[in-house]
Amino acid sequence: MLAIVFLPLIASIVAGLVNKSAPSVFAKSITTGALFISALLSWPIFLGFVNGSLTEDVVPVLTWVQSGDLAFDWALRVDTLTAVMLVVINTVSALVHLYSWGYMEEDPDQPRFFAYLSLFTFAMLMLVTAENLVQMFFGWEGVGLASYLLIGFWFKKPSANAAAIKAFVVNRVGDLGFMLGIFGTFLVFGTVSIPEILEAAPAMSGATIGFLGMRVHTMDVLCILLFIGAMGKSAQLGLHTWLPDAMEGPTPVSALIHAATMVTAGVFMVCRLSPMFETAPIALGLVTFIGAATCIFAATVGTTQWDIKRVIAYSTCSQLGYMFFAAGVGAYGAAMFHLFTHAFFKALLFLGAGSVIHAMHHEQDMRYYGALRKHIPFTFWAMMAGTLAITGVGILYVFGFAGFYSKDAILEAAFARGTELGNFAFWMGALAALLTSFYSWRLMFLTFWGKPRWIESEHIQHTVHKTPEEVGEDTTGGYHPHESPISMLIPLGVLTLGAIFAGWLFKDAFIDGGPDGVSGAFWAGSIYFNEDLVHRLHAVPYWVKLTATFVMVIGLFAAWLAYIKDTSIPGKAAEQLGPVYRFFYNKWYFDELYHYLFVVPAFWLGRQFWKLGDIGTIDRFGPNGVAWVVEKGAVGAKKFQSGYLYTYALVMLLGLVAAITWVLF
Amino acid sequence: MEFPILSLMLAVPLIAAIACLFLDAPAARITALFATLINLALGVMLWLNYDIGGAQWQFTESAPLFAGFEYALGIDGIALMLIMLSVFLMPICILASWDSITKRVGEYMAAFLLMEVLMIGVFAAQDLFLFYIFFEAGLIPMYLIIGVWGGDNRIYASYKFFLYTLLGSVLMLIAMLWMVNAAGTSDIPTLMQYDFPPEAQFWLWLAFFASFAVKMPMWPVHTWLPDAHVQAPTAGSVILAGVLLKLGGYGFIRFSLPMFPVASADLAWLVFGLSMVAVIYTSLVALVQDDMKKLIAYSSVAHMAIVTAGLFAFNVQGLEGAMMVMLGHGLVSGALFLCVGVIYDRLHTREIARYGGLSINMPKYALFFLLFTMASIGLPGTSNFIGEFLALAGIYEVSTLVTLVCTTGIILGAAYMLYLYRRVAFGEQKNADAAAMPDLNAREWAMLAPIAAAVLWMGVYPESFLAPMRQDIVALETRLASVAPRYDSALDQGTPREHAANHVVFEGDKEGGH
Repeated sequence: MLAIVFLPLIASIVAGLVNKSAPSVFAKSITTGALFISALLSWPIFLGFVNGSLTEDVVPVLTWVQSGDLAFDWALRVDTLTAVMLVVINTVSALVHLYSWGYMEEDPDQPRFFAYLSLFTFAMLMLVTAENLVQMFFGWEGVGLASYLLIGFWFKKPSANAAAIKAFVVNRVGDLGFMLGIFGTFLVFGTVSIPEILEAAPAMSGATIGFLGMRVHTMDVLCILLFIGAMGKSAQLGLHTWLPDAMEGPTPVSALIHAATMVTAGVFMVCRLSPMFETAPIALGLVTFIGAATCIFAATVGTTQWDIKRVIAYSTCSQLGYMFFAAGVGAYGAAMFHLFTHAFFKALLFLGAGSVIHAMHHEQDMRYYGALRKHIPFTFWAMMAGTLAITGVGILYVFGFAGFYSKDAILEAAFARGTELGNFAFWMGALAALLTSFYSWRLMFLTFWGKPRWIESEHIQHTVHKTPEEVGEDTTGGYHPHESPISMLIPLGVLTLGAIFAGWLFKDAFIDGGPDGVSGAFWAGSIYFNEDLVHRLHAVPYWVKLTATFVMVIGLFAAWLAYIKDTSIPGKAAEQLGPVYRFFYNKWYFDELYHYLFVVPAFWLGRQFWKLGDIGTIDRFGPNGVAWVVEKGAVGAKKFQSGYLYTYALVMLLGLVAAITWVLF
Repeated sequence: MEFPILSLMLAVPLIAAIACLFLDAPAARITALFATLINLALGVMLWLNYDIGGAQWQFTESAPLFAGFEYALGIDGIALMLIMLSVFLMPICILASWDSITKRVGEYMAAFLLMEVLMIGVFAAQDLFLFYIFFEAGLIPMYLIIGVWGGDNRIYASYKFFLYTLLGSVLMLIAMLWMVNAAGTSDIPTLMQYDFPPEAQFWLWLAFFASFAVKMPMWPVHTWLPDAHVQAPTAGSVILAGVLLKLGGYGFIRFSLPMFPVASADLAWLVFGLSMVAVIYTSLVALVQDDMKKLIAYSSVAHMAIVTAGLFAFNVQGLEGAMMVMLGHGLVSGALFLCVGVIYDRLHTREIARYGGLSINMPKYALFFLLFTMASIGLPGTSNFIGEFLALAGIYEVSTLVTLVCTTGIILGAAYMLYLYRRVAFGEQKNADAAAMPDLNAREWAMLAPIAAAVLWMGVYPESFLAPMRQDIVALETRLASVAPRYDSALDQGTPREHAANHVVFEGDKEGGH
């Protein structure tokens, strides 16, 4: 267990310190080697929990802080929930390390890149093995740091720097909530140890507490504060703006951090604290609502973007919304299941997109792709598997790709919950599933079908040294995309297997808790297992079970119609629906709104405080004012010492009169 | 009588300071470095021999002087930690001045060594007047360091510094005279247990506050700090930010809180109010600075506001957190000023826009700078996180509003520090002269590496630093317990709900799950 967590840290430090003083192969081998060992060590743990041979365990490491009643230690906790995260993190991370051998081949700063990747993995592992909220926060901030460094990896690009800072600062807004949540939890429970909090939570479900001068429900306010932290990390509506910009980082980073692992930390947190959230109905309502809203919001934006990575980024945002509303309605198992399957197929889609970008000389705009399936067939088939998984293709009771099981379970759970909010989430989820299918197939059709449109791309023009006018009919411009090296194809192959089988293999364990009916045995108390809800989930009407498949087919058909059959449709639709299209295309104007609401006023206020406050008021009337008074006073005092006897006499006389007056009256 | 280690720690730099006055430049440098290293070794001995959980005041020495005024030294855990901070930073300051100070080197080194004497004296003094002398005398070498070896506008800055800090001190002296008169002793440990009448406490508290608030510095008496920092030589900034700013906090924890508990509780609202304003105000000002030193100076004001708020939370977490912020900030802001000094020595400008892309030609420097930037932001695993986390946790028990406002500081802190880092270390190498700067040399490495190690140590295993202070903090909390304000977040447990929030009932046949 210690080895799984600390190998990546050691590898990261060694790689970072050696940096360029050894050939980059050294740093690459040591980090990748460490990650593969960690990954191989974590699978037996996970399978041990699946077949029930392992139980939860805590490995203490070191005392951290003892301050009065507030005490917390460094410790590694392993239970089912952690084991799930362990395999997800280590597997995807190891594959991404390997993939980066090929993808980052020509970069001069490879040791730094691999050191950051391993550092990220360490921080993420600390997060998921946390026994107390503060260690979770340590991992939380650690992954934030690694994310900041990796988004800004190409630090010469101003856009990458801006995106890195944005990611960090927006996450800090969430952290504010998380920190306040920890403080409040400590105040209420007198501890930050997660098991102790979860045990004591039900007794507090009727409690009230003061917050900002109001009396509020204790558990609701605590859970909402913690959820704000989760919203930041998991890019939920309102705090989502950093995720699309984070695509400035290298593509392997997007696959590892901004799809499979870090962004799911918020979902993990809600599931980890699920017994606590179950004492907070208002907070759970908020989780459901935000999840459902994010799910539909991101899907609408995803349908209009041209950058291949941004489409997948909005898709991630949308899928995270699914996980949150699943948690909100009490289906934590389904939320974790979707997290698990999503990690495989979304990492696959990103790495596939990376392979496409690699083939297309760093062109990311899908308008300049087309007909790539013949040129890069392996990538095409991998992406195909990913698309089938994310759109949830499958036949009920027979076989489905990974997303088929997890997304269906979430929609059924929302419906089975039976409340208005649950129904809202169900319909939003179904609509978003339609859009998911549409934008996923749109991506596939634009990239792999149709005619080659590469010559319009500046990247390709630079490569072949030709302009569109010069090449005439040949829209490839003589450029031939090439399949990626083997180090990139192996991870694609492994993840393809995951995208195909992960759902089918593990559906019983995640949803029911075991192969023998609804028991929750797999989870073994590591999440709140709502047995009645799972029973109701299985008993929903057939039309509910078929909804996801039905909307998937409509989405596919619409995408086929618009991007294969008649390619003039998208342009006409955008024109007809001008305002709506622009609203979606500009991401609902969140960035502009925040810019004028927060960034501009902050700088303006800073300048006012400095120029008018410090210099104009405090200094002017403070030290400079005193100096001025002293100076003038000195000049005045000089006049008194005139040396003329009659002035002294006059002053004495006046003083005498004043004194007598004072004494007499 | 046990070995007078504290007196020795005062004597070593004092003798070296006198010697430096008569030595030429290279000899003065060596002497100063040697003396400060001896003092560091003595400090380590002090720490190792400090009996955790033993007597409250250890290593005590006393010799009566005149009129009941005593030469009395002694330390508790709080003073021990601050002395350690001083003796740790001192050799680094000497190294930082090695090449950059070329005129009047002997006098410069003497001023620094004298500074060290006075700082150790302040933290070790057990007599009220002895404390006052050390506390005020500390102004003089700093005034000279800024005024003689400072930048272009050094005269204005040194006068501003002197006037501000002196003004507060006069009031404090009057209050001290009154206290000694009333209590009949100038012994600090006795005074810490003495109960002054509540109405007198009010005025005494205000008189001390005038002095400590300026030293801290709290908004709105902070404007001397940016000017002093900008004009001071690098090592002067390090000592100013690292140790002198801690005198205010030390004053609160040693005098205001234990000696005037009633007034402290009554006036806590004032401290909270000023702290809240300071966090937001100075963070926003830091955001728009073009001068690196000014930016870090303003960020110091914001950090110190968390210290004051934490101290007046009147609970263990708040007090310990405030102490940890002081120690952590002492290291981190000192290190940040050193980072500025390193590139200032090369390019002779503090203007942020003149740099850029330094991580290309100075990767080692960029790594250190990143570590200290992250520590300043309060990333877990670094010293400042422990302090800020504990302090804010303590404040939360008193007021959620103050916590909310102070915690916004962590957002703004991230914004201005990352914005600074981006403009200095990232981006294109747009200035040819900045791009040609060499990476850290061995001397600079020797300055930054020990601080980096200490920052991480304090972040990962703060127990080494918390343990010596624990008993003294608890004693202080006990003293304050009777007057501690009732917190607004009082919990009412109520009746627990019967069901979980997502309670549903399944009415079908549970066996046929699929």
